Amino acid sequence: MLALQPNRQTLSVRVDNAAGVLSQVTRLFSRKGFNIESLAVGTTDDPDVSRITIEVFANDQQIKQLISQLGKLFPVHSVKLLDASHSIRRELVLIKVKAETREIRNEVIQIANIFRANIIDVSLGTITLAVIGTESKDDAIEGLLKEFGILELARTGMVALERGQYTLRDETKEKGEYDYGKLML
Amino acid sequence: MKMTGAQVVMECLLEQGVDTVFGYPGGTILNIYDEFELHGYNQKIRHILTAHEQGASHAADGYARATGKVGVCFATSGPGATNLVTGIATAYMDSSPVVAITCNVGENLIGKDSFQEVDITGITMPITKCNYLVRDVNDLADIIREGFAIARSGRPGPVLIDILKNVTTELTDFRPLPLSEHHRYGRLAKLMARDNYDFKEFEPDHDDINQLVEMLDHSARPLILVGGGVIRSKGAVPEFRKFMEKLGAPVTSTIMGGGACPGNHPLFTGMIGMHGSHASNVASHDCDLLIAIGCRFSDRVTCDVGSFAPNAKIVHIDIDRAEIDKNVQTAHHIIGDARRVLELLNERIMLREYDFSSWRNAVLSLKEPEPKPAEDGRLLPREILETVSRLTDGNAIIATDVGQHQMWSAQYYHFNRPGQLLTSGGFGTMGFGYGAAFGAKVGMPDQVVVHTTGDGCFRMNCHEMATVQYYDIPVVTIIFDNGTLGMVRQWQSLIYDHRYSATTLDRGPDFVKLAEAYGIRGYRVTTQAEFEKAFQEALDYGHAVVIDAVLNIDEMVRPMVGGTSPVTNFLLD
Repeated sequence: MLALQPNRQTLSVRVDNAAGVLSQVTRLFSRKGFNIESLAVGTTDDPDVSRITIEVFANDQQIKQLISQLGKLFPVHSVKLLDASHSIRRELVLIKVKAETREIRNEVIQIANIFRANIIDVSLGTITLAVIGTESKDDAIEGLLKEFGILELARTGMVALERGQYTLRDETKEKGEYDYGKLML
Repeated sequence: MKMTGAQVVMECLLEQGVDTVFGYPGGTILNIYDEFELHGYNQKIRHILTAHEQGASHAADGYARATGKVGVCFATSGPGATNLVTGIATAYMDSSPVVAITCNVGENLIGKDSFQEVDITGITMPITKCNYLVRDVNDLADIIREGFAIARSGRPGPVLIDILKNVTTELTDFRPLPLSEHHRYGRLAKLMARDNYDFKEFEPDHDDINQLVEMLDHSARPLILVGGGVIRSKGAVPEFRKFMEKLGAPVTSTIMGGGACPGNHPLFTGMIGMHGSHASNVASHDCDLLIAIGCRFSDRVTCDVGSFAPNAKIVHIDIDRAEIDKNVQTAHHIIGDARRVLELLNERIMLREYDFSSWRNAVLSLKEPEPKPAEDGRLLPREILETVSRLTDGNAIIATDVGQHQMWSAQYYHFNRPGQLLTSGGFGTMGFGYGAAFGAKVGMPDQVVVHTTGDGCFRMNCHEMATVQYYDIPVVTIIFDNGTLGMVRQWQSLIYDHRYSATTLDRGPDFVKLAEAYGIRGYRVTTQAEFEKAFQEALDYGHAVVIDAVLNIDEMVRPMVGGTSPVTNFLLD
């Protein structure tokens, strides 16, 4: 049975590393009425190929449609829905906290140690931390630091890989079917 | 060979076998247009100057639909390019292979809100299969080759190539390449080699086909639904006819599938959906296996999608994987080119025996008898189409606009082959018909081309009479003139309690006088006898003709199903 309730889903998309491709991909989401919760883009081991990791709230039926429509775009090499239980997701968050006294600085440093966050900048009035994790860890540290006053916060967006030997390049019957409609010379 | 970008465009068009371009010149595309004169490309490529860029886009589309070749249109930057947009969207929704070539301002002016600058690649992103902005003359030939290949391959569709003006003057080293070699070089080779995937070897999954054969063995009431995919796939129609004849199951069609099954074939139950026949709609409700080939279950086919084909397992055969389970949930699907899938299916079913006679007879008994002509001799829409069908032996190309006359054309003309019904099925573009009609006539000069339109639609692009007259393109236009936007009025009559908001067209022009002003012969007819006489004269005349056929304002398209109700709940019988 397909789940009708939307939940947070992670899509990994390999695309041409070329101008306009990102906008083509993201426009597809807005066109189909989805708000992107998280987006991360970067080049891969192949300089001609970028990897986009996108998270959206969608139900199973909707996510299937999104995968189909993404697969149709020419700059898209492959699309995969990452199964939450078989993939690793990480996000880097930079948090600048107000820390005007020694006590507060010490306390922030302690919290950073507990969460294995790195302190990447200290000034007389502020401390900036970098923390890598999933939402729960990032939200937890954010919650603790709020007490001191968060001046600024920036997230990279989730990146994700599947566990084990699976990769986005895996040839499946379905992938072959998508490619076929695109091009048959 | 050193040549300018403008000349490269022309050489690339010749490589693709393009013999006709529809277009409209302007500031940024001047260099390309200059090549027609400068190097005499007008000897090899015929340029048809339309009255409006929209007409050019529809003409390229009509040309493509009628000939099966790629249609090409040119426009300049800014408004020239945006005027193509409706035509491109029309082609996209109906999977028609069109290449639109536009020019943009030069590199030094890009991004500065320059005169006639617009981001046309951004605008057309959701309505093209693929589009390009060419900034480097060395990429130009490669991109044009890729664009044409993409437009005509797989599920066909429009491609837009936007070229910066400076690229058209810059010199590059052009190496000619025969069409058959294109996929071995440059971007296309790279695309084909991506992920080591060899597109040429793709074959429909044989197990998937065997499974359908098995499902047929267990079916007592199969129904075949044919869509535009069978029309677009080259060589699919003969295979399709073999398939339906062998099964002996009833056949229904979407509007885009018109011509796949001969209109007067005993197995054919007519169109399905909102204006589908009783036989088709009831069969879709009762069948236990629905074999849909090359269609996408649009809302005009399914009406209330939740109650569509409630007793059937749906098997969807399509070239585009993204269509599977998009609108209806299927039990099984086969991905592949319609021709190849049907070929493999036919191989497997040829030696089997099928007997669906009791189901077939039950469905075919629902076919409506031919109605009698009106006793007072007044003109009826059905009579017009029956007459056109008879006088053209069912062999004319019919280009329609959108609305009541479109449905009547699809319902009552007896189509015999693919490429005969040119209609904006998906996008529903009023004003599509005239451009499509003369585009088709230019591509298929030996065919009779009839343009059916309404008084509302014809007004939208009637300026193309200038084009039709100048190039002497003998298209017969029949205006179903009921003095209203008939289809909207029909909804207003049935659903909006006869409140005719903004649909009554009690205004000019006098279409006969208008035609005459453009130098085209015009007729006004009000009876069946007058129509038949005028239409026969139009066929014999050999030049463009406009027939203004005056109809009652309250003629309706029957049957009709409301958009949100099951296809068997007829709002109008």
